Amino acid sequence: MAPQQSGAMTTTRSPAIEVKGLVKEFRSSDGAVRAVDGLDLTVRPGEVVAFLGPNGAGKTTTLDLVLGLTGPTSGTVRVFGKKPARAIADGQVAAALQDGGLLRDITVLETVELTAALFGRSGSVTPFLERAGIAQIARRKVGRCSGGQQQRLRFAMALVSEPDLLLLDEPTTGMDVQGRRDFWTAIRHDAEAGRTVVFATHYLQEADAYADRIVLVSHGRVVADGTVAEVKALAGSHDLEDVFVALTADRAADPTDRTTAEGANR
Amino acid sequence: MTATPLPGATRPTSGSAIRSTARARAVRTYLRLELRRMLRDRRTLVFSLLVPPAVFLWVGASAEHQVTEIGPGTNLTASLLVSVALYGALLTATSGGAGVAVERAQGWTRQLRLTPLEPWTYVLVKVLASMAIGAASVLVTFAAGWFGGAQMPTSAWVLCPLIAWCGSLVFSAFGLLMGYVLPTESVLKYLNLILIGLSFAGGLFLPFSDGTPMATISQVMPTYGLAELARAPLGSGPVEIAAVVNVVAWAAIFLTGAAWRFRTDTARV
Repeated sequence: MAPQQSGAMTTTRSPAIEVKGLVKEFRSSDGAVRAVDGLDLTVRPGEVVAFLGPNGAGKTTTLDLVLGLTGPTSGTVRVFGKKPARAIADGQVAAALQDGGLLRDITVLETVELTAALFGRSGSVTPFLERAGIAQIARRKVGRCSGGQQQRLRFAMALVSEPDLLLLDEPTTGMDVQGRRDFWTAIRHDAEAGRTVVFATHYLQEADAYADRIVLVSHGRVVADGTVAEVKALAGSHDLEDVFVALTADRAADPTDRTTAEGANR
Repeated sequence: MTATPLPGATRPTSGSAIRSTARARAVRTYLRLELRRMLRDRRTLVFSLLVPPAVFLWVGASAEHQVTEIGPGTNLTASLLVSVALYGALLTATSGGAGVAVERAQGWTRQLRLTPLEPWTYVLVKVLASMAIGAASVLVTFAAGWFGGAQMPTSAWVLCPLIAWCGSLVFSAFGLLMGYVLPTESVLKYLNLILIGLSFAGGLFLPFSDGTPMATISQVMPTYGLAELARAPLGSGPVEIAAVVNVVAWAAIFLTGAAWRFRTDTARV
């Protein structure tokens, strides 16, 4: 997909995300744990990227690093050529994270209005509530919303800044089938208008159906990267689930499979 | 769906613009929301706006206290009024500071880090909102004092509430620090008890007689200095240097502690 309006207006045409040699270690009782282990990734403006990997592969940590919520042990992160905090301050990147807390005693509408104000936006937020499918529960207290509704609320909060880059961690968790469909329709709609979208998910069919590109991570590294077709060809299977299992099986047994996988790197 | 502007169709406000004009609006919006939240919260209403005047009318406004002179044109009722009003202000300020830690435990501050709002601006909003409620608390209590027979010089009617209110800022920092230190969800319950303990030990409700061991101990309590300063305009003698030292020292301790915890916290997340 060609970068459109949004990309064209990003002055330097920098990559939406540029991650080089990213390492993140956490100290634990039995020594340091490497959640991210030398990860390289470049996402161009306008791409819709599915970020896949088993539990503990480092997906969430990587998203946190890209958002500047945590600092890398080593390596660099640039978002539109800037430091993450700068990109957030400029309203260029927004995210809906699983563990982002919400104030339970205020309404859905108040939450989104506050978020809009924090991004320096004025005007009605109703269109964003409608896009996220929560306009009809605008006056409901957040604490009375279901998990799926809270997830949509986080999505609405991410939309109000009209970011160039949208990061979504397990965005459809807790949504019913119709909710998921509406959600992806909205995402595709945005992507066609030039927004870059990176989402982490466990629903492989969502990646298959909605992503331009798949980045598969395992043990904190990229083990496959390419279009859906390329990644499938890599493991010689039509079923993304087979690919997933084949490529994320314990790599320690076969140190060469990263090199193999890099054949699909772009 | 709707006529939503497409991403890219309207560019996000540029960074510098967010930092200047829109920022003031962001803070105003957040402050308004924060005040609405506090006024909706039954706990705030009861402890900040109902309990202090009620306690005053119950304990302080008796006929016996009204006829007990403690200085020229000043009765004991006035002194009790200042104490109770200060307590209300301290409780409100402490709760406001601790609210930061509660919302941090709920993950809200993490969510805020996805917006351009700086962490210290968030703390400022929380403190300003609780100070506004604190002002209401002091005013309501002093109104009760006016009708409940408190007598003091006109200057004291102005200065006492003002000192009590400004002084409560020290306890915003206290609440902030305690919120970071104590287990979070139930921190407000504990703080209520701690504050009552500190108030009695610091001689806020009933000053201890000079020369007793408790009088000496009370002087190091963080409530002591504020109570002495707030009552000073009642004219029962010059302000003791110990009271000033007490306030300055505790303000420094609470502020340093809160700033340290706050900085480690925002660096870690």
